Amino acid sequence: MLDEVFRAEWGRVLAALVGVLGDIELAEDVAQEAFVTAAERWPKDGVPANPAGWLVVTARNRAIDRIRRDRTHAQKIEELRWLTGETTEEAVDVETTFPDERLELIFTCCHPALAPESQVALTLRTLGGLSTEEIARGFLVPFETMSKRLTRAKHKIRDAGIPFAVPPDHLLPERLDAVLAVIYLIFNEGWGGGRVDLASEAIRLGRALVELMPDEAEALGLMALMLLNDSRRAARFMEGELVLLDDQDRSLWDETQIVEGRALLARALALQGNGPFVIQAAIADLHMEQPRDWREIALLYEMLFRHTESPIVEMNRAVAVAETDGPEAALEVLDTLSLDDYRYYHSTRADFLRRLRRNAEARIAYARALALTQTDPERRFLEGRLLELAPRTREDWDEFWTYTLSELKERVERKAAEGELGD
Amino acid sequence: MKYALLIYNREGCTSKEMTDDERRRFVEVVDEVLARPNVGPWVRLGETESATTVRQGERGTFLTDGPFVDSKEFIAGLIVVDAANLDQALAVAAELQELRTGGAIEVRPMREARPSED
Repeated sequence: MLDEVFRAEWGRVLAALVGVLGDIELAEDVAQEAFVTAAERWPKDGVPANPAGWLVVTARNRAIDRIRRDRTHAQKIEELRWLTGETTEEAVDVETTFPDERLELIFTCCHPALAPESQVALTLRTLGGLSTEEIARGFLVPFETMSKRLTRAKHKIRDAGIPFAVPPDHLLPERLDAVLAVIYLIFNEGWGGGRVDLASEAIRLGRALVELMPDEAEALGLMALMLLNDSRRAARFMEGELVLLDDQDRSLWDETQIVEGRALLARALALQGNGPFVIQAAIADLHMEQPRDWREIALLYEMLFRHTESPIVEMNRAVAVAETDGPEAALEVLDTLSLDDYRYYHSTRADFLRRLRRNAEARIAYARALALTQTDPERRFLEGRLLELAPRTREDWDEFWTYTLSELKERVERKAAEGELGD
Repeated sequence: MKYALLIYNREGCTSKEMTDDERRRFVEVVDEVLARPNVGPWVRLGETESATTVRQGERGTFLTDGPFVDSKEFIAGLIVVDAANLDQALAVAAELQELRTGGAIEVRPMREARPSED
């Protein structure tokens, strides 16, 4: 219960303190102290009527104590008093208010002058309230590395003068894109691995963003996309095995998330949203219909490609093309793409080849995907497909060797051209 | 807050590549930027070939001909900008970089205290 309150209030409390202190590190220290004090007192004295107000006042007082030791900061102390008026901890009531500056904090943490991995870590720490240890675990990075990354980022914000502000209009679209990208990155990290529940963290952050910017279609689109994808979480794996969309048990889909996701998508569309996240949410929505409208899906991928020019989007369009125009046409689309290091490119290609009964080629493509895959369920899925395609007859074997040898030859030639084999 | 805009050039990549029109436009903008009250002082540096480097050796200092960092990229100049925050300093850098034919501008906050005051 206490944990819930802490997680819910951390971002707002911290943001308000950064607002006056102008220093994330100091704000974090005093906020941390306030939360520790709360953890000691609340179980005995009861949770105050206005937990966030209590935490801000307590943290503010800690900050004043600290700054008082340093006489040069008289003005800071005055500003800190203003933060919540002359209220003492005991006198905090539901009327005690302080500004919500989470939006300023998000834009600071996702400033493009910070490296993307720092943006992600800092956002999870300051707005998500995750501990350094949890973030390190989430990204499979040693604690020391993550701790250094966070400290460095906080120092850069302070020393380089990265503003604590919502960007002016002419910078806003670009900066908002950066914020959305950070949240989506956190979400996808959580989906692929399933370690610390980063997907839920991303949804929590997205929810805050939508609350703060209710008329930004792309923010709504991102939130809808995350909810629609996350709604299938329970159905994606069965006894540890990957289950493809068409084979999923729909009764396991989270209806509440779907309803909320669709409502957000409708709002985004009503706001004339047609940015990449709105399009992706619309695609996710169509994928969940039965039967799927592949023609519409292909069209949306085409729109999305115009925004992103990403070959992965083209690859996804090819999947839709395989349904409308057949796997042969889809293979033609795939062959124009250079995605040789992308595991899903090879598994998608393998699937088209399998449907065309070009088993030997499919086998090689599955083997390539297998070599690139990183998670066990995906590995087992691909191994299963490989087993199904195992050569059985004499002809199968002949074909298998012909392709395997030509494939090997091609690979050796490519490596030699890249100079990796020496002589 | 003061920022230093470090103007980097790449060897063989000079303003000579600009057309006359581009060069006129570039010079105009630079003049306009340098005349702003929050911009300056500024420094243009001579060729790296003209540099002499003072180094520390075992028996005191000694000289070498040429720049300290032997690289294709070198600092061609420095402009001090007084800005409210990083975004404002970056905006000035972007204004200038947009018109250049290459290189890059590194923006670094300046520390105004002497080492003794740290």
